[in-house]
Amino acid sequence: MIGVMMKIKIALAQFNSKLGDVKANLEKHLELIEEAHKQNADLIIFPELSLTGYVLQDLAYNVALRPHQEDPVFNELFKASKDIDLVVGFVHEDRRHRFYIAAAYLSEGKTSHIHNKVYLPTYGMFDEGRFFAEGDSVRAFDTKFGRVGMLICEDFWHASLPYLLWLDGADILLFSSASPGRGLGESPRLSSSIWVEHTNRAYAGLFTNFVVHANKVGYEDGLNFWGGSTIFNPNGELVIRAPDFESTLAIAEIDLNQLHRSRARLPLLRDERTNVVLRELERILGVK
Amino acid sequence: MIDLSINTDLTIKILTGFIKTELNRVGFNKTLMGLSGGIDSAVSLYLSVRALGHENVLAVRMPYKASPPDTLEDAQTMIDDLGVQSLTVEITEMVDPLIDLYEDMTKLRAGNIMARMRMIVLYDQSVPFKGLVMGTSNKTEMLLGYSTIFGDSAAALQPIGDLYKTQVRQLAKALGVPDNVIQKAPSADLWAGQTDEGELGFTYAEVDKLLYLLVDQRYRPEACVEEGFDKAFVERVMGLMRRNHFKRVMPPIAKLSQRTIGYDFLYPRDWGT
Repeated sequence: MIGVMMKIKIALAQFNSKLGDVKANLEKHLELIEEAHKQNADLIIFPELSLTGYVLQDLAYNVALRPHQEDPVFNELFKASKDIDLVVGFVHEDRRHRFYIAAAYLSEGKTSHIHNKVYLPTYGMFDEGRFFAEGDSVRAFDTKFGRVGMLICEDFWHASLPYLLWLDGADILLFSSASPGRGLGESPRLSSSIWVEHTNRAYAGLFTNFVVHANKVGYEDGLNFWGGSTIFNPNGELVIRAPDFESTLAIAEIDLNQLHRSRARLPLLRDERTNVVLRELERILGVK
Repeated sequence: MIDLSINTDLTIKILTGFIKTELNRVGFNKTLMGLSGGIDSAVSLYLSVRALGHENVLAVRMPYKASPPDTLEDAQTMIDDLGVQSLTVEITEMVDPLIDLYEDMTKLRAGNIMARMRMIVLYDQSVPFKGLVMGTSNKTEMLLGYSTIFGDSAAALQPIGDLYKTQVRQLAKALGVPDNVIQKAPSADLWAGQTDEGELGFTYAEVDKLLYLLVDQRYRPEACVEEGFDKAFVERVMGLMRRNHFKRVMPPIAKLSQRTIGYDFLYPRDWGT
């Protein structure tokens, strides 16, 4: 960690996009980026599909972007990323015209990494697999804050992807989602909100990692998005929790020295037996 | 143990946010609805007032000559209680000429005519009032198909469409709906003495529990019988759900071209808002 900033301020841009209106959403992104920069944040994270909205259906093909300098939307974001690192959500059209739900990490005017969503929920109220291509890789990458990994919503309902990022060196997991609220009962919170928060806390504790989650708010057709964005530290403790349902820019500082303290106490990463995992996976899958 | 209890604070927060957002995003800030004096329209009215303010809500009473006077009074009590705008449009003179035209007119047909006339009155009033028509259907009646298609089922939004009748009652208490409105036997008031439960042949309390297992918990019908529900009752409810499904979907379009509305022309209702 030598040469890396140890205290970083993270902004969770918990907001609502205008459905299918990239121009309006870009304006909102630039406003929130400026606000986060004014408050000395080092990194701002937007929810899944923040530039487009979530329930796109056939709109997906009209709002797709290619994250390079010539793209007028990304060009603006590259400029903004000179002051503060950004994670933005968008529909990614690749060279072969496949459309992905994607998150881009932008820093100092360049793209550090693009993650294409690997797990597309296509069941119950979800229909992502109908409209989008599946991403097929998961990689950690280096930033000025150390090595991080990005996942999008359903990606982290599968334990394998956070686990792979952890082994790939990510000490900070950056999760974005557009999680529709569901499961009304007697609790003051929806069961989907409780479930996601438990999961994120569990990853933080089990991996002795920072887990950062930005979730969308607002309504699209009949769906509500519950917000409740969080950061957990490597002890599995809550650093910040944005309120449910409210648009907000929630900013908190994390201390990367906590990784040293947590992992000295609890050496789960040191003791992880990846050779056992690999051998047993090969046996289960019949690879060898 | 089947527990349909809901957290009413959370429910009110989500539903008022839904009403306000879905109206505002299409350029409206007002709503109107028929106020029958029953619990469903009462809950929709109270939610709308919380979402938009009493000055932006219009309650329309649309009695027929056979409508019991106490329901009209109950509606007035709520109008006064909330301070909403109100209007009374008696539909008798509008529907009777059609009803009287046919000797073989049935209660069911007449009831449907009344429900559709109320729809016409509301959609007409929505223009001068510059508001959208609020739906008042609950999940129980939607699943059972206990409604008039293009009548009471016609609306811009359905805020309480995912709450069972039992849950609507719980929500009504939390919203401060008058007790006698909550307590009275649910009725479409299409003719004197009509009650939902009388007509359906079972109580909402019973059927809500069964629907919760069948729909929310994805129980197979046989498993509901094993849980203690009467076999004939389960079959009856399954039959109602299946037979009335057409009321819950758009009419099918015969597919001919490469791209057809509803099949491969798919856009969210909130497109671009």
